[in-house]
Amino acid sequence: MKKIENNRAWFLVVPVFVLVAFSAIVPLMTVVNYSVQDIFDADTRVFVGSEWYREILRDDGLQQALLRQFVFSFAILLIEIPLGIAIALAMPRRGARASLTLVVLALPLLIPWNVVGTIWQIFGRADIGLGGVLVTRLGIDYNYAANPIDAWATVLVMDVWHWTSLVALLCFSGLRAIPDAYFQAARIDGASNWAVFRFVQLPKLKNVLLISVLLRFMDSFMIYSEPFVLTGGGPGNSTTFLSQSLARLAVGQFDLGPAAAFSLIYFLIILLFCWLFFTTMMQLGRGPRP
Amino acid sequence: MKARNLLLIGYVVFLMLPLYWLLNMSFKTNEEILGAFTLFPQDFTLDNYRVILTDASWYMGYVNSMIYVTLNTLISLTVALPAAYAFSRYTFVGDKHLFFWLLTNRMAPPAVFLLPFFQLYSSIGLFDTHIAVALAHCLFNVPLSVWILEGFMAGVPKEIDETAFLDGYSFPRFFLTIFIPLIRSGIGVTAFFCFMFSWVELLLARTLTSVDAKPIAAVMTRTVSASGMDWGVLAAAGTLTILPGALVIWFVRNHIAKGFALGRV
Repeated sequence: MKKIENNRAWFLVVPVFVLVAFSAIVPLMTVVNYSVQDIFDADTRVFVGSEWYREILRDDGLQQALLRQFVFSFAILLIEIPLGIAIALAMPRRGARASLTLVVLALPLLIPWNVVGTIWQIFGRADIGLGGVLVTRLGIDYNYAANPIDAWATVLVMDVWHWTSLVALLCFSGLRAIPDAYFQAARIDGASNWAVFRFVQLPKLKNVLLISVLLRFMDSFMIYSEPFVLTGGGPGNSTTFLSQSLARLAVGQFDLGPAAAFSLIYFLIILLFCWLFFTTMMQLGRGPRP
Repeated sequence: MKARNLLLIGYVVFLMLPLYWLLNMSFKTNEEILGAFTLFPQDFTLDNYRVILTDASWYMGYVNSMIYVTLNTLISLTVALPAAYAFSRYTFVGDKHLFFWLLTNRMAPPAVFLLPFFQLYSSIGLFDTHIAVALAHCLFNVPLSVWILEGFMAGVPKEIDETAFLDGYSFPRFFLTIFIPLIRSGIGVTAFFCFMFSWVELLLARTLTSVDAKPIAAVMTRTVSASGMDWGVLAAAGTLTILPGALVIWFVRNHIAKGFALGRV
């Protein structure tokens, strides 16, 4: 649709601008302000320049948390995106069964995040949880509270349980928007299932896949409540991700300067990766085919 | 076809098992939970729910959450509707930058804003009020609402606007009596998403409240660490937090897929 140029449209946008600016710019400027000062109390503060940034970038604990965060986010994308596409392809397309599947799939998305942690905390326990008991009966020595590998597996499975539905729902809506005529044409041409997927469905999914990769990356990069409740970041620091390190630094130890510097670096990493994803997927979409 | 159905059924079972276990435990006594591994409650009890529904420190958690979620949904929709209209119909100076800036707020980790929010709302005297949480959640819900509504509005032909203006409708009258009814499904979906993201968020809600506006999710975390684990009550509280979502989702079931795609399919 061609849009009309009209600068008075700003009047319609002003409320949003004011509201979000109040919640975003004021706090963000506070963070920038903290990140360059050493604060002893309300009246004693010293300008320290980039010292906190250097300290944060050199901190071993935080570097490891960053590494864990990347491994986690990429593992999540690798599992959830293909699984989500597969489930969307398997969903019934119309009728009561489609509605019911949609509602069931959306259910995990509506559970408060710390309750998700609680559910898995209970479900995964080897003594009273169904999941933990089943795994133990299979002869695997499983204890997510003591063994880092088990803890990782549990956090990954929990995230897959929690969020794959989002990818599936997005892809489902993308698939439903493809006109039936495309499939009829493909059938007349004698296209295989794979060819239909590769050349009819996948290209049409480009937009929704872009949205799901962005949303999943951003949200998994901010994950806090679920592992906090499930493992508390442990055993040791094995499931401590970035948000939790930051919350510890800011609220636990009240190190305002380093916490603020950390916040800004964190935010910039997310922005950078979202921009990268966005541009690469747009490039891919253009591709060699018209 | 068979493999497809197996995958779907397998996935649904995988989704349902932890939920079933939560429900199952909420009907058990603590002795049964810790004493024996049973697939069904042997000693069916509603005591866990009774604890929650008769203790004000528990059920006020639900009331508080409901209040700020409703406030947030109303605020987000009110400001996002005109803005989304502007983005879907007009180009204006800085529109693309503004849109991207809004999106960056959806991407910002709430942990980054933890401390400044706490200080901001304390300094203006809103700490531990419902409106503080509602405003804080606007940080991600307003950009999301604008995003979804813009997608739905772009699907309404511009000729409708033009005809209405030719017929002498003023902008507010056109917007309220013609345009809003046209995108009511989009508004329903947006309201659902505001509800959802405000309902599930804990970090900010917990930081900005202490007693009077404490959300249910925060009440739960406190109880986890107190005097051993009361698993039965915890499971019942968890089950009750799922109910509101399960109820509202039924109303938007036919639009939800489009909503998740931010109206852009």
